[in-house]
Amino acid sequence: MELKRTVKFEADRDPEFARWISHTVGGERIRHCLQCGLCSGSCPLSLYMDYTPRRLMHLSREGFKEEVLSSSSIWLCTACYACMVECPKKINITHLMYALKQRAIEERFYPKRFPIPVMAQQFSRMVRGSGRITESWLIVRVFLRTAIWRLLGMSGLGLRLFRAGRMTLKPEKIERRAEIISMLDSVAATRKELAL
Amino acid sequence: MKYAYYPGCSLRGTGRAYEESLLAVFQALEIDLQELEDWNCCGATTYMSVDELTSYALAARNLALAERDHMNVVAPCAACYLVLNKTQRYMHDYPDIKLVVSRALAAIGLHYDDHVQVRHPLDILLHEVGLKAIAAKVKTPLKGLQVAPYYGCQIVRPYATFDDQRNPTSMDRLLEACGAKIVHYPLKTRCCGGSQKGTLPEIGLELIRHLLTEAQNNGADVIATVCPLCQFNLECFQKEAGNHNHPISMPVLYFTQLMALALGASGEAIGLQRSLIPIEPLLARKEIAYA
Ligand code: SF4
Ligand code: SF4
Repeated sequence: MELKRTVKFEADRDPEFARWISHTVGGERIRHCLQCGLCSGSCPLSLYMDYTPRRLMHLSREGFKEEVLSSSSIWLCTACYACMVECPKKINITHLMYALKQRAIEERFYPKRFPIPVMAQQFSRMVRGSGRITESWLIVRVFLRTAIWRLLGMSGLGLRLFRAGRMTLKPEKIERRAEIISMLDSVAATRKELAL
Repeated sequence: MKYAYYPGCSLRGTGRAYEESLLAVFQALEIDLQELEDWNCCGATTYMSVDELTSYALAARNLALAERDHMNVVAPCAACYLVLNKTQRYMHDYPDIKLVVSRALAAIGLHYDDHVQVRHPLDILLHEVGLKAIAAKVKTPLKGLQVAPYYGCQIVRPYATFDDQRNPTSMDRLLEACGAKIVHYPLKTRCCGGSQKGTLPEIGLELIRHLLTEAQNNGADVIATVCPLCQFNLECFQKEAGNHNHPISMPVLYFTQLMALALGASGEAIGLQRSLIPIEPLLARKEIAYA
């Protein structure tokens, strides 16, 4: 029998994490959250979440880093903005979900072969290389790295879209691709300089 | 009226019919569109989750190109529309973001002074052209066609000011002006799951099923969409979403395809043949004799 404490001590919380969330873009007003639950009530995904948006707001501002970053909720959020429209305190919940997702990716809080970070990574690589996204190749790249068998399952649909002229293997590219690289390098440099 | 047209990546792929029909509608109503020169991907919802600062810079390149050409932007894709608007908003509200983005633009000889408006076709059609002018140009009224208007998330939320955020009606009114009948569709702004169908398939499918069943139950013949991802989700997974007792088969078109038909475009010109669930039998049944 494994015995585990199920309630946290205050000392277990991570004050750095609490500070970070209230200083991140969009987190300015998180301390004003009333815990009214309008966000959870309007969220179409909350019924699948382990922590609903309301609980997630509270856990984050109190510094429950482990719980928040390993929560399924940050991956379930589709950025539909329903919560933000309802929030009486105008808290930028959707943006905070993005911030948490980024932090979870940085600190590797996700299962192996989990498709969402892979998709994000492949997406950004494709933009860096071509300046645009070619949907067919993005899908292929993501499934090759996560669930090859699903590519087969999707091939029927792929073929029909191909025949309808809605999938093409010809990669979309912009003319001045060097500009994209210059911009990305500039962002990286400024970020380093200002420690953003 | 002349606008810089920002198609976005999807309208060159799965959403081709959106582009074809949008251009047909704008042409019929004599609104000039000029494709934004060398536009790049806006970063969509996906880039935001790896690296926001970079995604603002990417989006801003398009804004700066439009400003250089002294034009306002038309962005039909919901994700592009949101990202471009959000970038403007955040550059305005956060000096750090503005600084990072301005430097990145300067690195390629561009700058951005917040002079560009990013607008959705719904907004332009309703507020610049107007229902009366549209109704006057209708050649084939969509009589008897029962449409469920599906807006999805990112057009009206959270920044749009051209329509109500909880109960938008701009598409309803435009399609009514074309003679269609709008059915009650309370889920009109409920999320379709976005890319969830690819990443967390079971959950994505449930959201899709819910939207389709609701349209079916409310007597819709067809669902009209304003977003390439919504259109894709609702059209491509109907077989999985239905079951033996409740099969689902409902055409899902872009609102611009329906409008273009009414304005006299041919089915081929606006990509009707690209649908996986054909609408032609339905139009024949309703005796809508389009060009
Ligand atoms: S709606 Fe806003 S105030 Fe209410 S619980 Fe959610 S975040 Fe807090
Ligand atoms: S933006 Fe995310 S958290 Fe907010 S309602 Fe939509 S899915 Fe839920």
